[in-house]
Amino acid sequence: MLPPLQDLYRIAPEIVLGAFGMLVMFLAPIIPKSRHGVLSAISLVGAALALAATRFTALYPGAAYSGLFRADAFSLFVHLIVIGVAFLAILGSTNYLKREDLDAGEFCALILFATAGMGVMAGAQELLTGFIGLEMSSIASYILASYRREAPKSNEAAMKYFLLGSFATAFFLYGIALVYGATGTTHLDLMGQAGAQTSATLLKMGLGLIFVGLAFKVAAAPFQLWTPDVYEGAPAPVTAMLSTGPKAAAFALALRILANVDAAGPLWFWALWAVAVMSMFAGNLGAIVQTNLKRMLAYSSIAHAGYILVALAAAAATDHPEAGIAAALFYLVSYALVKLGAFLIVAHLGGVGERNVEIEDFTGLARRQPAMAACLSLFLLSLLGLPVLAGFLGKFYVFNAALESNLIWLAILLALNSVIGAYYYLRVMVAMYMREPSKPIATEPVPWTLAVVLWITAAGTIYAGLFPTRIIGFAAKAAVNMR
Amino acid sequence: MQQTFILTVLTFLPVAGTLALLLLRSDDHLWIRRLALITAVAEFAISLLLLRGFEAGATGYQFEEFRAWIPQPPIHYHLGVDGLSLFLVLLTTLLTPLSILASWKSIDQRAKGFFISLLVLETGVIGVFVSLDLFLFFLFWEVMLIPMYFLIGIWGHERRIYAALKFVLYTMFGSILMLVAILWLYRITATAGYPTFDVAQIQMMLSNGTLTMPLRTEMLLFGAFFLAFAIKVPLFPLHTWLPDAHTEAPTAGSVMLAGVLLKMGTYGMLRFCLPLFPEASRRFAPEIAVLAIIGIIYGALVAMVQVDLKRLVAYSSVSHLGFVVLGIFAFHAISIQGAVYQMLSHGISTGALFLGVGMLYDRRHTHLIKEFGGLATPMPVIAALYLFACFASAGLPMLNGFVGEFLILAGTFQKHAAWASWAALGVIFSAVYLLWSYQRVFFGSITQDKNGALPDADWRERGILFLMAAVILWMGIGSTFITRRTEAATQTIMQLMQRPRAYDAGGSNNMDHPAMPVNGANAAASGGVANLVNSK
Repeated sequence: MLPPLQDLYRIAPEIVLGAFGMLVMFLAPIIPKSRHGVLSAISLVGAALALAATRFTALYPGAAYSGLFRADAFSLFVHLIVIGVAFLAILGSTNYLKREDLDAGEFCALILFATAGMGVMAGAQELLTGFIGLEMSSIASYILASYRREAPKSNEAAMKYFLLGSFATAFFLYGIALVYGATGTTHLDLMGQAGAQTSATLLKMGLGLIFVGLAFKVAAAPFQLWTPDVYEGAPAPVTAMLSTGPKAAAFALALRILANVDAAGPLWFWALWAVAVMSMFAGNLGAIVQTNLKRMLAYSSIAHAGYILVALAAAAATDHPEAGIAAALFYLVSYALVKLGAFLIVAHLGGVGERNVEIEDFTGLARRQPAMAACLSLFLLSLLGLPVLAGFLGKFYVFNAALESNLIWLAILLALNSVIGAYYYLRVMVAMYMREPSKPIATEPVPWTLAVVLWITAAGTIYAGLFPTRIIGFAAKAAVNMR
Repeated sequence: MQQTFILTVLTFLPVAGTLALLLLRSDDHLWIRRLALITAVAEFAISLLLLRGFEAGATGYQFEEFRAWIPQPPIHYHLGVDGLSLFLVLLTTLLTPLSILASWKSIDQRAKGFFISLLVLETGVIGVFVSLDLFLFFLFWEVMLIPMYFLIGIWGHERRIYAALKFVLYTMFGSILMLVAILWLYRITATAGYPTFDVAQIQMMLSNGTLTMPLRTEMLLFGAFFLAFAIKVPLFPLHTWLPDAHTEAPTAGSVMLAGVLLKMGTYGMLRFCLPLFPEASRRFAPEIAVLAIIGIIYGALVAMVQVDLKRLVAYSSVSHLGFVVLGIFAFHAISIQGAVYQMLSHGISTGALFLGVGMLYDRRHTHLIKEFGGLATPMPVIAALYLFACFASAGLPMLNGFVGEFLILAGTFQKHAAWASWAALGVIFSAVYLLWSYQRVFFGSITQDKNGALPDADWRERGILFLMAAVILWMGIGSTFITRRTEAATQTIMQLMQRPRAYDAGGSNNMDHPAMPVNGANAAASGGVANLVNSK
């Protein structure tokens, strides 16, 4: 029995991603390795078609598969982020794969599968569906993290990621079981209504465990310990994807639960508050002492997860979570653009085997490759939250949401952390612009694929910083009808 | 509202210039310099148009531009100038071409980036002065940090990286808290039913009582704004970034830093702290005044013992800006007029001093006083004009420094004689450290052989110094030209501080701080300032 056609439309992006993933897997053994560029191209077409397919989800909003999945403005927004990330990550990594002599077929297929999983998470209206999405994206990510098979660090990263990630999913699954025990359903929309008259302790424990599982996935302290090692060890384009897409999807799932389950807001609020503060400090203080740029950016990811959690706390604190949700969504866009660009630049400048990823190796970059230095500076300044760039408005909206929910202390702590963050971002700029190169490093020309990605991310960062109206308008629309 | 684009043009012309600069080859230093100079001079010419069109004595903002920008939250592209910002804009447009000229020869490395930074800086600073939307203001306020960071960090002296980082982190610390305060203020306006970031509108709502806030909130908001501005000024004890930044910055950086960037702090106090949070301003005024006076005396004393000429001038800024803060927080019409005047005159005279020090540095590559001595013999022109700037900075009558300091002290004295008496010490000290340093550098016999053959100012340097000297003299004797135009703005500030409103703490508090005789004070200001200036 075939599902109704509308239901298929509502998961059209996932279907396209899955189909292209399989197609690439199928073609990979047939096409000789020297022509693996074709596979990247096919995957790009797949990602582009998936982007186009999101149009179907917009045309046919509503619940699919008896309420397991939901196509609405919110899921559309997150779909656009994660599929956009996949597109740019594939495009930006083509040259990297060639340089490192890695197999493009599996790489692209895994990214497509992972993205399909993230899409499921974005639209999940039922916890087990969310879990399946989480597993789809996680398992593909574990393999991607180990993609540089020869490099011990890459293996270490994958192992750590796998072990800790498995723990996290176990927590998540156990949480689902408890919540099911308490409410008799795994459907978020039904849970919202049932929440009041159910066994409170079980529900609280379940939601608590779910929170822990998701906090692992977004790399929030105190569940962040895997992040620096994994982000450092994984191939840089994979890190670019890992630090943006899955994070957006996990935040999406958390937001969906927050918006649907009435019990989650009050229960999660203090947890969000505390985890946000811990993440900001753990990330920023950790980043200060790093000498490896990849690792520094990993710590900065933890800090940024903290900033987004401030928006979630703002959403959890009130009955009108729209401002907080919209702020989180906008932040995810600005953050994804910047982190993608930054990690892809690191992937390129790292050279064969990613040997030159110490901050020391970036000294004098402004003279060697002024365009790359300017681009990386742009991304760093956006992470720092400098006006005219997307990162500033992201923070601005988070501040606004926090103050709207009267979380003044949280806003002030965020402010202080921004200043701590400024120190280490500027330190990289010091190396690039103000110091002489410590050792001679050959400059490789920037391949056009990477150039395109960097143009898109840099232009997007400036556009979102100067004219945020459309994006924030869309995010606000996405935030209204989540249940 | 005829010339509705002039402020936009004025703000973004330098950026347009940088785009043109980007097209030039980076080793084409001559044309990079020329293009930068042309942009800056054109900018100055446009700002003169602004001056010509400015209607003296009119209250409110002129040349306003208002366009919707971001609908949610409602942020507008709202520009406008009044007497307060007009001359600060002019100061910026005047000092920028001079800074470019001063860097004509000394910047031979990565010139393109240097002039781009300088022009972007100009845009940022002008944007700060003409923005009437808090969001827009903050945007320019932050953007301006990055070019300054590059100017100090790339083209500075030995400890440039340390100084640049210190400068940026200090400023950011203050400004990020100001951002929280801005948003908090926005939440208050939203709660009142009129969500806005518009300064003019918030001022209006505060003065007609549409918008009220509890005293505690007002004090916290004042604190956040004031901290950002006090770091920028810098007010003692937040001044420690300044000597480093000044000393390590290249000449152009120091000129812009001392000339206009510090004024952004005092401008912010006048534009935001006083009109938006009058009660908090009054309550904190004694503490702030004490800090200002400490700054005046401490800055002067520390300047006296400096062995580095540039650091000496930097500390003199701490002292002189203390006067400005004192004048602002004395809440007297005349002292505020004086503060505005002192902001401008400090920009000119300290700018001139830094330009002079930069010329010495270009010749000897040192700022240490002991390396100089008897320089008046090989370079009489620089010596003469540097002396002129010293006199101006020390507040010699007929020159610009005198007017500002005199008005500040005269105004302050009428309200708080003790404050004025202590601050007057600073005037004496400033003469001591400036003239003593001058004597050690320029007078006497030539102490080092290599100083004997130093060339005197060439045509470019003469042009710079004579222009500065002319402005110093003009501001000293033609001060009414400026005060007539700033008067309306200072009166508006005084009036906005007098708003009738019920504080939560109760109306009885106002008895502790008796309302100022606003009409009397203004009358004194109108006639008074002119009389005072003319009668000297």
